[in-house]
Amino acid sequence: MSLIFKDVVKKVGAETHIYPCSLELAPEGFNILLGTTLSGKTSLMHLMAGLERPTSGEVWFDGADVTGISVQKRNVSMVHQQFINYPNFTVYENIASPLRVTHMDRAEVDKRVREIADLLQLTPMLERRPSQLSGGQQQRTALARALVKDADLVLLDEPLANLDFKLREELRDELPRLFAGRKCTVVYATTEPSEALLLGGHTATLHEGRVTQFGPTAALYRQPGDLLSAQVFSDPPINVATVRKRGARFHLTEQVSWPVPKAQKALSDGSYTIGTRPHLISPVRTSKSAVKIEGDVLITELSGSESVIHFDLGQQTWISQSHGIHPFEVGERVSFYAELAKSMYFDREGKLL
Amino acid sequence: MRRFTWLAPTLYIIFLLLPIYWLLNMSFKTTNEILGTFTLWPQEFTLDNYRKIFTDPTWYNGYFNSIIYVVMNTAISVTAALPAAYAFSRYRFLGDKHLFFWLLTNRMAPPAVFALPFFQLYSAFGLFDTHIAVALAHCLFNIPLAVWILEGFMSSVPRELDETAYVDGYPFWRFFIKIFLPTISAGIGVAAFFCFMFSWVELLLAKTLTSVAAKPIAATMTRTASTSGYELGLLAAAGCLTIIPGAFVIYFVRNYIAKGFALGRV
Repeated sequence: MSLIFKDVVKKVGAETHIYPCSLELAPEGFNILLGTTLSGKTSLMHLMAGLERPTSGEVWFDGADVTGISVQKRNVSMVHQQFINYPNFTVYENIASPLRVTHMDRAEVDKRVREIADLLQLTPMLERRPSQLSGGQQQRTALARALVKDADLVLLDEPLANLDFKLREELRDELPRLFAGRKCTVVYATTEPSEALLLGGHTATLHEGRVTQFGPTAALYRQPGDLLSAQVFSDPPINVATVRKRGARFHLTEQVSWPVPKAQKALSDGSYTIGTRPHLISPVRTSKSAVKIEGDVLITELSGSESVIHFDLGQQTWISQSHGIHPFEVGERVSFYAELAKSMYFDREGKLL
Repeated sequence: MRRFTWLAPTLYIIFLLLPIYWLLNMSFKTTNEILGTFTLWPQEFTLDNYRKIFTDPTWYNGYFNSIIYVVMNTAISVTAALPAAYAFSRYRFLGDKHLFFWLLTNRMAPPAVFALPFFQLYSAFGLFDTHIAVALAHCLFNIPLAVWILEGFMSSVPRELDETAYVDGYPFWRFFIKIFLPTISAGIGVAAFFCFMFSWVELLLAKTLTSVAAKPIAATMTRTASTSGYELGLLAAAGCLTIIPGAFVIYFVRNYIAKGFALGRV
């Protein structure tokens, strides 16, 4: 039970929305599509659902070619970012609608609707119209409609993005529970790397219509295959710089250098790109191996227990993310301690080394 | 100053209602009183004018004729405009924007321009003096208007609603009738209202395309003025009765029209 893309391309007019994409989704757990707005998450979902046909390439589902099969004939369901429910139906009718289309037995429909409504805590609202519900309840109704028909493929297109913070957390915690024990492939699109990490499963990183990488979420985070995937899968943005390897040391500038880690010993001398996650940089010295770098503070974002400091490091802006509150003034020259040796090293094409 | 805040609206309402009051006033007077003296209310109150309209077939048939072709026109216009508006709001095709704009240009010419060709054409097809002739003629103006209004309402419905319905397994027509149309019912109400109003008040084409069998009320009113002298009381009564259907329809769609204004399409 799985969805396979074989060299799928989607073009609209002269624009390419999806570049050649081959993908085999994990049959269970969450498949997360991670990318910024306009990176092609929704286009990819439309192709998966069958709402759009690929310009070229094939879509296989469960061992059968479904490329030309219309969405109505596939057993899929979808939840959108906006709260989409049928405004002229009650919540009950909304949830029942995918079953009623198939002319299912009335008693069976009723049983299933009540079961799923109970699971999503919608039982008291069954007779109301969607417009009389709160945002969270509207999205629960949409989720219930997606779950009730036992679809083989469930597509969730940023389902939590329009909810407020509290509700988002609540529903996100519920999601894995809702899908536990269901035999369906779940695809979940999000813009937030933290959401991908929380939901686990597998992740595909998207950048401007290209799937840059696909793999188990945690492994992908630790070992992104290339710089682009690392950049997509990092919040705050990953720090990027060009460094020079000379003998046993990497040089960021003449003054800033650190010994070459074991894994990179075999590299020849020359220039490389490093990606350093912001949490490796702190204004407080935490370990001996940290390298001291200096920069002018541009922005300080202080949350309850964490400081995110953007600073100017010669040509580029770097970001430090550290525990504790560090209220630096804008323009202040500050020393940061960066564990640059723990950076990811990429070659000139952006491949991880 | 505050004590006189009621003054301006009151004056305004009096100003607006004066012509209607005067029409109503005249409809209860005899023609002699109307022509002879200036009275603010009927001195000799009479219902003869109304009695004549309700008993004389040349009069009441005028109402029937008007209502028949207006309802026909509204039904045809809205039915034809719904798929067109859906296409404009959901699909992109070559020249769609230009076509959408040029639809409206049909409304830019005065109806008089079309009176002669329509008269000729409908006569040739043997449709002269039928209700359907007037209903079809009015479509020329009403379908573009209805498309324009409905497109606005349809575009305010997110495309994701269509997608959700397809994903749920609805075939297109079932989705369109069971889900989409109820969702834009306000828009259909507003479009129907404007078609009704235009067709109800339009005189020139209706008069040109009919003689006896489908003669509209407005045409009856204009012709009576010249036959047996001036029957002003009778005309006023006919006028009062002509206002009623419009007022009735407005009452039902008043909330929807506000919505239409909010969408900037009315």
